[in-house]
Amino acid sequence: MSVTYLDAIRSAQEKALASDPTVFIYGQDVGRFGGAFKATKNLAERFPGRVIDSPISEDAMVGMAVGAAMEGMRPIVEMQFADFSTVGLNQMLNHAATTYWRTGRTCPMVLRLPSGGTPGSGPFHSQSMEAIYSHYPGIVVMTPATVEDAYTMLLEAVEMPDPVVFCEHKLLYYHLKSDHLPESAVPALRAQVVRAGRDVTCVTYSAMVHEAVAAAKELVEEGYEVEVVDLRTVKPLDTDTILASVARTGRLLAVGESWPWGGASAEVVARVAAEGFELLDAPPKRLNAKDTPIPYHPNLWAAHRPTAVRIAAALREVLRY
Amino acid sequence: MAIRAAAAAVRSIQEGTDARMERLGRAMLRARLLEEKLGSLYRAGRIVGGVYLGRGQEALSGAGGVALRKGDIFAPLIRDMAGRLAFGEPMEDALRAYLGSRLGPMKGRDGNIHRGDLSRGILPMISHLGAMVSTLAGVLMAKRMKGEKRKVGLTCAGDGATSTGSFHEGLNLAAVERLPLVVVVADNGYAYSTPNERQFACADLVDRARGYGVQGHSVDGTDPWVCAEVLQGAVDRARGGEGPQLVVGKLLRLCGHGEHDDGLYVDSKIQRSERGRDCVQVMESEMKKRGSGKEWQSWRAEAQAEVEAAVIKVSAEPVPDPFEEDWSATKSGSEAEESGSS
Ligand SMILES: Cc1ncc(C[n+]2csc(CCOP(=O)(O)OP(=O)(O)O)c2C)c(N)n1
Repeated sequence: MSVTYLDAIRSAQEKALASDPTVFIYGQDVGRFGGAFKATKNLAERFPGRVIDSPISEDAMVGMAVGAAMEGMRPIVEMQFADFSTVGLNQMLNHAATTYWRTGRTCPMVLRLPSGGTPGSGPFHSQSMEAIYSHYPGIVVMTPATVEDAYTMLLEAVEMPDPVVFCEHKLLYYHLKSDHLPESAVPALRAQVVRAGRDVTCVTYSAMVHEAVAAAKELVEEGYEVEVVDLRTVKPLDTDTILASVARTGRLLAVGESWPWGGASAEVVARVAAEGFELLDAPPKRLNAKDTPIPYHPNLWAAHRPTAVRIAAALREVLRY
Repeated sequence: MAIRAAAAAVRSIQEGTDARMERLGRAMLRARLLEEKLGSLYRAGRIVGGVYLGRGQEALSGAGGVALRKGDIFAPLIRDMAGRLAFGEPMEDALRAYLGSRLGPMKGRDGNIHRGDLSRGILPMISHLGAMVSTLAGVLMAKRMKGEKRKVGLTCAGDGATSTGSFHEGLNLAAVERLPLVVVVADNGYAYSTPNERQFACADLVDRARGYGVQGHSVDGTDPWVCAEVLQGAVDRARGGEGPQLVVGKLLRLCGHGEHDDGLYVDSKIQRSERGRDCVQVMESEMKKRGSGKEWQSWRAEAQAEVEAAVIKVSAEPVPDPFEEDWSATKSGSEAEESGSS
């Protein structure tokens, strides 16, 4: 049997619904239709009244979840695409995120964001939103890169007392496969070394983990051993794991699919520069998408985002400094 | 004398109507045939990304485009190929967006329905539903401030889009400002898979007009003659200073949400009802009944030839080249590449 990244997300929601009666799912077309990407397929039938179709009202969808969470439920809200969550930002950033700090009462909810670029998706169906959500205090932001993490981290997200933004990568939905669902889990808030190496550290997350691993394989032939660190959760950032890796390698490349100004990769570089300056043998570098909206045409899209080839080139620069 | 004048007036109204119906009929056929072509290009793998068609919605959409004049502003949405073509978007530009031609107004940067041409008065929609209502209101505010008179803005929305805060805020704003705005809601019963009863609880979306303080009009979206009449009336009223007009047409989307979707969730009872009629077939059989079948056939043949020629032309056009692309999102200049971008 093989399980895709999308199956893992569906299964995690199924398990959460089965084990916790306060869990419910709210989103456009998530009911009988099973969601635009089929992440809730058959769940409405199995859990009547708990997998609910919403109107096209992102602001109200998130606001409703905030209220339901305040009243003791654990809503999972599916955005049809991460990009449309901008419409619900006010409720998420100003309401969900501030509730615990203002009241001491928690606001446990999960906002699922089908994120990231795929060919032909263009400026409004490709965005990665982790930077915006991470900027605001009060939210946990997860960016799973593997089938195993998609499953265990989503389960952990549902159990967390805080609002969680769960950034799923659409490019991984159907293609990324595993033999079976995991039985044990690495804690969601911990980064992980997914490939060990002694020469340079490549810190990344989500779909870019796979590009970074491919780049690392390419550099083996040139005699370099690249250590790849998967952040898994970008907020809170597991600085310890990053610094421990840089202590081993002395060099850093941070990679993110989202835009270069600010964001997770900028934060990684800032932390290493500020807290691990002495560990560095070369200036830390980062690689992001180009600073334009995400293009429609595949030729432009392929040039806009970091790829294994571009990551390898950036790693060489850091290595040859 | 008086009788002659009256007869002439009737004749000219009749001719006006006929001219309008010819424009509408042609736009509907051009849209239908172009979209059928887009569907086959998609299935042949020549279009990357989604293809969203307006099959069954050509009469309502086209009637909006026909009712506008040059100098007006059109902000189409997902299923408005007919309205776009009627308003003057060249078929080539539609194809350029889908095929990513560098020569199109979007230069391959944006695709499919997310296209427009500000120089032609067509706003390029963003995906976020409801967003175009306030934007169009802003265009009309600016025209008023600049002293441009008697210009109308028309935008379209689906039943689902009416649930957005943006739609509500935009229409309310336009009503407060009494702007010459026409909002055409194509109520096709579904938003993707979501039926009306999970979308709104009022009996009919046109009832909302009263709440906004705007004029509301209901129309059978499957009847091209009625669509043309009602849309022209709404546009004329907006132009005449009567403030925003909300037109709600009932019809059915006779295709999936996108070409990737089989649309099996649509209730077959509705498909068999009056609402499920195909407006293009309605027009064809009515034309035949009126003895104009030949005319219809010639419009169809011309439209088909136009589609074929446009596909050949646009297929040969250059696609974007990342090395020649200007990678700056602001006119005033962008930051150095060194700052972390790929
Ligand atoms: C704010 C926002 N949320 C979600 C979407 C995703 N989406 C695109 S089309 C669509 C359904 C639209 O339904 P409706 O407005 O009724 O138009 P129809 O497709 O029926 O023509 C949805 C949910 C979107 N484009 N914008």
